[in-house]
Amino acid sequence: MRQTKRVFIRTLVSAAVLGALAAPAAAQQAPVKIGVLATLEGPFAAGGADGMRGAELAVRQRGGMVAGRKIELIKASSDAKPDVAVNSARKLVEQDKVDILVGPLSGGEGIAVKDYSKTQPQVTFINGSSGAQATTLVNPSPNFFRFNTDGGQWMVGLGEEALKRGYKRVMVIAEDYAFPYSQVQGFMTEYCRLGGKVPIKAWVPLGGKDYSSVIARIPNDVDALLLVLGGADAVNFLNQFEASGGEKPLIGGSITVSQDVLNYRGKKRDSLVGTIAGSPIADAYDAPEWKAFVAEYKKNFPDGYPSPSLFGLVYYMNMKAALDGLEAVNGDLSDGQAKYRQTLANMTLKTPTGDVKLDANRQAIGSTFITEVVKDAQGNLFNRVVRKVDGVSQTMGMSPADFKIGSRDEPNCP
Amino acid sequence: MSAAHWRKAMNSGAGRQAWPESAQEGAPTVDRRPDGGDSQDGKRVGAGAARQRHWLNWIVAHVKPRHLLILIALAVFPSVATPFITFQIAAQSLILGTIALSLTFLGGYGGMVSLAQMTVAGIAGYTIAILGVNGTPEISVDWPWWAIVPIALLLAVLSSALVGWLSVRTEGIYTIMITLAIGVAFYYLALQNYSVFNGFQGLQKIQPPPLFGVQWRDPVPFYFLALFWALACYFFIKYLLRSPFGIALQGIRDNPRRMNSLGFAVTAHRVAAYAVAGLIAGIGGILMVWYNGLITPGSVGTSWLINILVIAVLGGMRHPVGPFLGALVFVLLQTFAIDLIDRERFNLVIGVVFLAIVLFSPDGLLGLWARLRAHFPAADARPVSSTARRSSRH
Repeated sequence: MRQTKRVFIRTLVSAAVLGALAAPAAAQQAPVKIGVLATLEGPFAAGGADGMRGAELAVRQRGGMVAGRKIELIKASSDAKPDVAVNSARKLVEQDKVDILVGPLSGGEGIAVKDYSKTQPQVTFINGSSGAQATTLVNPSPNFFRFNTDGGQWMVGLGEEALKRGYKRVMVIAEDYAFPYSQVQGFMTEYCRLGGKVPIKAWVPLGGKDYSSVIARIPNDVDALLLVLGGADAVNFLNQFEASGGEKPLIGGSITVSQDVLNYRGKKRDSLVGTIAGSPIADAYDAPEWKAFVAEYKKNFPDGYPSPSLFGLVYYMNMKAALDGLEAVNGDLSDGQAKYRQTLANMTLKTPTGDVKLDANRQAIGSTFITEVVKDAQGNLFNRVVRKVDGVSQTMGMSPADFKIGSRDEPNCP
Repeated sequence: MSAAHWRKAMNSGAGRQAWPESAQEGAPTVDRRPDGGDSQDGKRVGAGAARQRHWLNWIVAHVKPRHLLILIALAVFPSVATPFITFQIAAQSLILGTIALSLTFLGGYGGMVSLAQMTVAGIAGYTIAILGVNGTPEISVDWPWWAIVPIALLLAVLSSALVGWLSVRTEGIYTIMITLAIGVAFYYLALQNYSVFNGFQGLQKIQPPPLFGVQWRDPVPFYFLALFWALACYFFIKYLLRSPFGIALQGIRDNPRRMNSLGFAVTAHRVAAYAVAGLIAGIGGILMVWYNGLITPGSVGTSWLINILVIAVLGGMRHPVGPFLGALVFVLLQTFAIDLIDRERFNLVIGVVFLAIVLFSPDGLLGLWARLRAHFPAADARPVSSTARRSSRH
């Protein structure tokens, strides 16, 4: 046993040394190496696994080949911490020598990997599913592309819908980091402009367990709550809200009323019916492209979710963009990938939820759904499409000078 | 180390020379002055020559070809390895090894297992981030590096001494619990405070100072920076362990009541050991924040508090080189385990290797090495290792 252990460690060490010494073979028909970075550990592990499924699906649809070259997928994992994400990205780029990197998953990671991409101009970085506004809006990197809309864009149209339903005053309850800032900004920019008021914002720590102090602060004169909480945080909040007799209608963030929250078993389930939300994905969207995508997802991943999650869809879109671009330039990555990047910047990406184009910062202009939670005949909750908003730009139609990135205090309309 | 052993070591030359540095304990007084006190010049010169010869003897006696080989290997390593290996594997191992060294010193020689070493490193790292230049203008104070580095180290020493002061009256599992509680408390402070720590997002864009026109974050300069400080900490700890303070600390580890009755201030020694460990962890923490270029509450979260313990135990707590070996294996596994096995299961490989090493060798990698040598005495020129010889005498 001791022998095997030593052999194992020795293998590891020699693998490292060999990897260090081996020169990259640069033949034209060599496989194209694509790194995929997602969170397979930590709080978003389930989402990261579905992101990997989405990326794999895009590769399988092409039969593992692009422009006559084999696709070699190299996976790496992080745990949603920016430093871990950069370490994993560095391994993919500098050790595995990938040509293209797709990832990472969450907001803080996206900003860190974008900063890292500036030091590696020979590799093209394509976002995974990270949705912080600053990634492409502040100091954009020339080799970082994002074919998904960001957290702010996902909320466009929701403010108008909220006012239409008579929610004139809304309290915000959101987690305290970059992605919820973007989501709240996306909602409030439109909502405040149309005359809505947000008298109070409660920023709660990520991974909080006790929301009683927040629930106690809910004023009587607000019409609804905007809830931007993910996964376990959303479930915990809803349970405590229900237990304290809360009856205000809810407005959800993009990951607040996703399938993982809707399918938890609790009393609050039925009171979620009627919750509106903004999201880049809608389970019950009836376009044929979407239905075909869901069918393929189910066929390829019987162990996946009943319907692809937000992460699955967005990783699929970004990986598809990487491969479509490669196909368009016939696998030509010469000249510092200049032609490939030019193609990516100008192409129109066909996705299951509509066409996506990039703006000058290589940020997606795409579609957003306004959804509403409804109950089907079997008693399952799902998201019905209220409205689809096409061509949402990152600055939501404002001039870049007027546009302010969301933060704790921005925007403000008490 | 047995009681007789430390008594003997205390009477040796090394002990006598270093004694004035830690004379505060009211220990048995040793005559510090050379014979005759203020003697004539001739005698002093003779003493100087003797000391010189002493140093030469020391070098001949202690520096073996393998030590030189290792030093040369460490020096030429970056010229054969890729920048990735140099930076991410080697430099990261050296940094994590330095932080774990502080725990090895506390745990292996002081008998106090503290889980707060990463917290101390994080305090130094956050100090560098907040007082220096970072990506959040409202928080960064923009002081120059020569001001913030000493402040960071001072804060690390003070906070570590404070942790020690709170925890030294406890033993064993209670020390672990109290230091874990302190570590978790600091994690939540950093997570929930926005005016100073910037909450969940932490602080970004932290660069080492561009001293001497060198870009210190480039792989090779950074490797040598990390190597220099790792070696400095390593030799400092080695020296300290042979000094009366280190000997007394080991005595306290083995029998605190006896040391107390001999007149040693047990609590003061332990708190001082925490302070020293704080200095080492602080150096590691500063390098860590420069390595990552950012610091977030995740850097001082529970998983990292425990990872440092894993590194120290994995390497072995019997010798200061242990944590560096442990860190190397840890970093290699973290980086390459995902290539060996399917995506969702690579943490299993890491866990199984740790389990196997600890299960088959309670002393970690060092213990494995010692057992191998015991099995194959022919591989070693000397029949018995010096440690074995010494301990057989008592």
